[in-house]
Amino acid sequence: MNNTNAAVRMRGISKSFDIKQANIDVDFDLYPGEIVSLLGENGSGKTTLMNMLAGIYYPDAGRIFINDRQVQISSPAMAAKLGIGMVHQHFKLVDVFTAWENIVLGEEGRYDVSLAKKKIGEICARYGFDVDPDKKIYNMTVSEKQTVEIVKVIYHGVEILILDEPTAVLTPQETERLFEVMRNMKKDGKSIVIITHKLAEVMAISDRVVVLRQGRYVGTLETAKTDPQEMTDMMVGHAVTLDIERPEPVDPKKRLVIKNINITDIEGVQKVKNVSFYMNSGEILGIAGISGSGQKELLEAIAGIQKVDTGSVIYIDETGKETELIGMHPRDIRELGVALSFVPEDRLGMGLVGNMNISENMMLRTFGESHKWFTDRDKPRKVAEKVVDVLDVSTPGLETPVRRLSGGNIQKILVGREISSNPKVLLTAYAVRGLDINSSYKIYDLINEQKKKGVAVLFVGEDLDVLMQISDKIMVLCDGQVSDIVDAQKVTKNEIGLLMTSLSDQRKEEPADGQ
Amino acid sequence: MLGFLAFIPRAIAQAIPLLFGCTGEIVTEKSGNLNLGLPGVMYVGAISGVIGSFFYENSVGEGDVNAALAVLIPLGCCILGSAIMGLIYSFLVVTLRANQNVTGLAMTTFGVGFGNFFGGSLIKLSKADLPSISLSKTSAIFRTQLPFADDLGWLGQLLFSYGFLAYTAIVIALIVAYVLKKTRTGLCLRSVGENPATADAAGINVTAYKYSATIIGCVIAGLGGLYYVMDYACGIWSNDAFGDRGWLAIALVIFTLWKADLGILAAILFGGLYILYLYIPTGMEHMELKELYKMIPYVVTMIVLIFTSMRNRREDQPPQSLGVNYFREER
Repeated sequence: MNNTNAAVRMRGISKSFDIKQANIDVDFDLYPGEIVSLLGENGSGKTTLMNMLAGIYYPDAGRIFINDRQVQISSPAMAAKLGIGMVHQHFKLVDVFTAWENIVLGEEGRYDVSLAKKKIGEICARYGFDVDPDKKIYNMTVSEKQTVEIVKVIYHGVEILILDEPTAVLTPQETERLFEVMRNMKKDGKSIVIITHKLAEVMAISDRVVVLRQGRYVGTLETAKTDPQEMTDMMVGHAVTLDIERPEPVDPKKRLVIKNINITDIEGVQKVKNVSFYMNSGEILGIAGISGSGQKELLEAIAGIQKVDTGSVIYIDETGKETELIGMHPRDIRELGVALSFVPEDRLGMGLVGNMNISENMMLRTFGESHKWFTDRDKPRKVAEKVVDVLDVSTPGLETPVRRLSGGNIQKILVGREISSNPKVLLTAYAVRGLDINSSYKIYDLINEQKKKGVAVLFVGEDLDVLMQISDKIMVLCDGQVSDIVDAQKVTKNEIGLLMTSLSDQRKEEPADGQ
Repeated sequence: MLGFLAFIPRAIAQAIPLLFGCTGEIVTEKSGNLNLGLPGVMYVGAISGVIGSFFYENSVGEGDVNAALAVLIPLGCCILGSAIMGLIYSFLVVTLRANQNVTGLAMTTFGVGFGNFFGGSLIKLSKADLPSISLSKTSAIFRTQLPFADDLGWLGQLLFSYGFLAYTAIVIALIVAYVLKKTRTGLCLRSVGENPATADAAGINVTAYKYSATIIGCVIAGLGGLYYVMDYACGIWSNDAFGDRGWLAIALVIFTLWKADLGILAAILFGGLYILYLYIPTGMEHMELKELYKMIPYVVTMIVLIFTSMRNRREDQPPQSLGVNYFREER
C-alpha cells in the first residue's frame, strides 16, 4: 500500500439534502487490491459518500481523484467509465428481465446475446458465481439477485467495487460465499468498499476500517490491530456496552396458541404452511428467517388483517378463558390486547400516516374508543407527549408531519404507540430495522420492559446476534414452514442459518404443538 | 359472403387510426410515461395536416395539385403538430415532474379545443355552406390504391384497397415490436419504463429516452389523426368527428398487453366492433337497437379490462413505473 498510488482519493467531500448535512468535509482513500469497510451508524453518511463516488449524487464541495487524476463524476455512466461499480442495498434490477438482460443493460456496441452469455459464463467461472443467465429476476432469491448485481458490475469492467450492506439479507452461509468471491476479486487486484454496521463482518473480511459519525470522518483503523469494542466506541462517539439483557421469564403461562395456520396470497402462492406454535406470557419468542418466508403474513393473521385458509389462533387470558381470534374483527382483537407493530422496509408503509402529525397518528389507534360525535384529541396528545418524552424522539414538535422525521424517530413512534396501549401480546417485526445502535438498544429495553410486565412478545428480527441475545426461544421459518423452534441460549448462529434454508429432519417427526 | 367481404375492408379502415394510436401509446408507455393526452395528440395531428393541406390547396386554386407536395405538406404539418404536443407533455412531466394523469387529461382537453378552434376558423375562411372543410384533391392522393387492386377481385379488395398510410401503420407496428423485443435500444427503453433508477445506474440517459419515446409515440399517434381525415373521412374535416377513437386506442394498449404486433390484430377486431352496428339488421321499427349496438366496443373494452386486470404473469403487467416520474436524488 504505497501512498502515491491510490485507486480512489476523496478530499473534503460535503453534501447536504435540504437542511440536513449528510457529509461534512470527509476524506476517504482506497488502494488497489484491498478491502475497506466503511463503518458507521445509520444516518452517518456512508451510503451518501459512496453514492457520490458512484455518480448517483454530486458533491456540494470537495475533490475526487481516481488513480491520481482529478475527476468530476457527474453520472453513473461516468462512474462506470472510470471502473467504479456499486451494488446498492435496494437492488437496481429490472424484475421482468432475465439475468443476462440486466447484466448487459447499459452496455454499448453490438447487441449479441450469445457473446454476452459467453462472457457471463467466463466471469462466473473465474470468481465462483452461480448464475443462470436466462432466469427472470422475479423468480430469484435475494442472494441470487445480489449475485447478478455483482456479475453485472464485473461485466462492465469494474476495478472499484462498492457493496452497500450486502449481507443484510443473506444467511450466514450465503455471506461466507460472498466473502469468498470478494477475496477472489481482491486477489485479482480489484479494490472493494463494503458498507456495513456488522462488526463481525468487518473483522472477517476487511483490511482497513474507515469510520464515519454524523456525516464526518472520524478515523481509520487497521482491522488486524483493532477489536469490535474500539470500533463501536469510535462509531458511536462514547463507550457503549454491547450486551442485551435477558431477564428470566416470570411465571410463564400459555397466552396464544397457534395451530396449523395456512395462508395463500392473492397470487395463489402459499405463504404460510401448517405453522403451529404457542407464546407464553413473560417470554420473548424470536422469529428468524430470510425475509419473505411468511413472517409478515403470520403476524398479520394473528392481528386479524390477513385472511387464513385454515387454522386457529386461540388467545388465553389471565383467567384462563379461551377466545378464537380467527374470524374476529381486527379492532376486537386489538381490544383484547394484541398489538402489532410491523416496520416495513419503507417504514411508513404500515401503521403510520406520513402526512399526519404525531398525536394524530396516536389517534389512529384510539379514535374508536370514545363513542361521541366528536373525536377526542386530548388523550392522543398526552400519549404522544409521553412517547416523545420517554423514547427521546427528536422532533420540532407534536404538530410535525411524521414523514419529515428521520427513520429512527418514525420507528420509535410506531413501536412506542403499540407499547403505550398496554398490550397483553406484542407482535413486533423489524422493530430496529435501520436504526443506529443507541436507538436499537432503547427499543430492546422497551421490549424487555414489556416482557417483565408479563407480556407475550413475538420478535421478528433480521440480525441473528440480536435475536439470540434477546429471545428466550427462537422459531426459525423457512419458506413458510416452521423449520424448528430452538432454545435461544443453546443454539449457534450457524445452526440457525442452516435452519433458515432447509427444514430440520427431527422437526417433521415432532407433534405439531409439541415441546 | 358479399356482406362479410364488404365488412372486412371497412373494419380495417376503421382500425388504422386505432392502430396508429395504440402503437404510439405503447412506445410512450414503455418509457414510463402514461400519456392520457393521446386523444388530444391525434386531434392535433389531424388538424395540423388539415391546416397545411388547406393552404396548399387554396394556393393552387383551380389547377392540379402536385402529388408529392400534397402528401408531404400535410404529413410534415401533422408530424410537427403532434411532435410539439409530445414535447409539451414531456417538458411538463419529465422536466417539471408534473402529475402525469392531470397533464395528460389537460393535453386531451387542449388538443380537442385546439382542433375545433382552428377547424372552425378554416370553415369560416372557406366560406362553405356546410360546417366542414373538404380537401378532396389531397384526399384523392392519400387514397390512391395500388394499381393492381381492382384486377384481383375480392382478394384485391381485402388486401390492397387502402391508402399508403394504412400500410405504414402496419409496418410501424411491426418495427416497434421488433425494436422493443430484439434490440439494445428496446432493452434500454423497457428498462427506463420498468425501473428508471436501474436504467440510470446502468448509464442510460433516462430523460433522453423519455423525451424521445414520448415524442416519437405522439408522432405515430398523430399520423392516426391524419389518416382519419385524409383517407377514412375522404378529406372532410368537421369538428368533433374524430370522436372517442383516442380513448379506444389507449384501451387497446391495455388489451394487447403492451405488445405492438398484437396491436395489429386487436385494432382490426376493435375496428370491426366499432362499425358492427351498421351490419346488424334491425329493421325500421327498432332503430333504437342501433344505439345499443354502438355500445359494443365499449362493453368489450370493459370486459377486457376486467379480464386483463386478473392476469397473473409478471410479463403481462404494465411497465412497473408507468405513471411515476423519476427524480435521481429523491430520498
